[in-house]
Amino acid sequence: MERILTRNVGKEGSHTLAVYEASGGYQALRKALGAMTPEAVVEEVKRSGLRGRGGAGFPTGLKWSFMPKDAARPKYLICNADESEPGTFKDRVLIEKDPHLVLEGCLVSAFAMGARAAFVYIRGEYVHGARILERAIEEAYEKGYAGKNVLGSGFDCDLVLHVGAGAYICGEETSLMSSLEGNRGYPRLKPPFPAQAGLWGCPTTINNVETLACVPFIVERGGDWFLSIGKPPKNTGPKLYALSGHVKRPGVYEAPMGLPLRELIQNLGGGMLRDDRPLKAVIPGGSSVPVLTADECDVDLDFDSLAAKGSMLGSAAVIVMDSSTCMVRAIERVAHFYAHESCGQCTPCREGCGWMERVLARIERGEGRQEDLDLLLDVSSHILGHTVCPLGDAAAMPVASFVTKFRHEFQYHIDHKKCMV
Amino acid sequence: MFGPEFERKVDRIVARYPEPKAALLPVLWLVQRTRGFVGLDAEAWVAERLGVGAAHVHGVVSFYTMYRQKQLGRYHIQLCTTLSCMLRGSDDLAAHLEKKLGIRPGETTPDGKFSLAKVECLGSCGTAPMLQLNDDYHENLTIDGLDRLLDGLP
Repeated sequence: MERILTRNVGKEGSHTLAVYEASGGYQALRKALGAMTPEAVVEEVKRSGLRGRGGAGFPTGLKWSFMPKDAARPKYLICNADESEPGTFKDRVLIEKDPHLVLEGCLVSAFAMGARAAFVYIRGEYVHGARILERAIEEAYEKGYAGKNVLGSGFDCDLVLHVGAGAYICGEETSLMSSLEGNRGYPRLKPPFPAQAGLWGCPTTINNVETLACVPFIVERGGDWFLSIGKPPKNTGPKLYALSGHVKRPGVYEAPMGLPLRELIQNLGGGMLRDDRPLKAVIPGGSSVPVLTADECDVDLDFDSLAAKGSMLGSAAVIVMDSSTCMVRAIERVAHFYAHESCGQCTPCREGCGWMERVLARIERGEGRQEDLDLLLDVSSHILGHTVCPLGDAAAMPVASFVTKFRHEFQYHIDHKKCMV
Repeated sequence: MFGPEFERKVDRIVARYPEPKAALLPVLWLVQRTRGFVGLDAEAWVAERLGVGAAHVHGVVSFYTMYRQKQLGRYHIQLCTTLSCMLRGSDDLAAHLEKKLGIRPGETTPDGKFSLAKVECLGSCGTAPMLQLNDDYHENLTIDGLDRLLDGLP
């Protein structure tokens, strides 16, 4: 397949404006500003079937259409570059290797929504990526792609890089906005949705890096072209898959949406890390989503196929585990992550995440009690759906899925006070 | 409090936002880049400069894991130990680091050279196991590679 999102990755100096322009960069911005109305851009994105690449999979064009059309208040776009979901490292490739693609995506999208500024919120740990984006933003201003009167069109749009400071929760959009405004990153209830009341109470749309990177291609080649890739009509376009764990060649791979999971592991990933250790389980969409057993791995990696299997595409971070993996230890480590990252605002999440971690730790240590397995399912079910933001669900779903699908391993730990593997 | 050049940088950051409070995270970063940590005195200065309460600034500083309140070692080793790195051997690297440096996570060597931390996913799972040494990522680590990296530091 033609590489689209990663077409510049691997080229010398791919992060520079010169290389980006030489590969046809900023032509979509010229086309949008010169030959399209904002409404036409929104319509093209709607037609493309593009769904958010951050995890939720919400239709992007529809999300944009929630933004008010009038200019009563300033409108803002946020590029969510707070990539922090365990297993996910796809946006980092775009940020470091093709930052102008991300910026062009921001500018075209801001034009479509009438946003006067686009804030790129990048996680604090991505120091290298932030430096690259900072330089790319300077280049964009120097060449008139950003700032006042972009390319002489009368459209004004500032690009502002905003660096986070270490908090998984800030990837959640209301938390991100709270953080950007200079607060602790506490999420808030929706509604009101950001399109009604976002940054400083103004209409705001938040899109993931990869989502925005798709936009210039949709504008240049048309929504119908994008719609024809992958599994139309609902799972379309090129997709970045982040493969990690027990495979020979982990990494970021681009493929049409709906890539079969086994093809990713076997063909692109070079197969299992060790030939004597067969596949045991896969987390297909970042650590927040329910695990798949080896028997469940005949599935395509797209939103609807994974939902049909009771899991999620999430951020398309595929974590592969072989037969040497202790599932108790694996989920204990995942539970530790959520206990560490819970913002502490909602009681079910704050207390429940720590509780699940402590119970899992004692099972792992060989001090588990028979009632612990049902206790884990009980705690998980009382977090699920009972919190302001999805972090609670993200903590609860994997625990329930591990305990349910690998119950015999947890039972073995309790009975024999040691690992099965 | 850090001189006129620092003040000019703060002014430029504040100008990027419709409200001065939004400059809080970037200004705290500037403080930490300048002196190595934030500190209560700087919190008070930032609060005054941005027109927010000192308690608010302290609340923000303590919420985010990357702001620190004391000077760390010259080399801050942040070892990722989340699932993908764990599957590729970060437990062994953690044990090796603790033994080699003679410190636990959260501690600094007596000579002030190294500080050690175990951290959550750094978004480098395809090149696991890995660590961040000050600003830079070091990926696809082995115990030998880790020794070479640390032994080669001045």
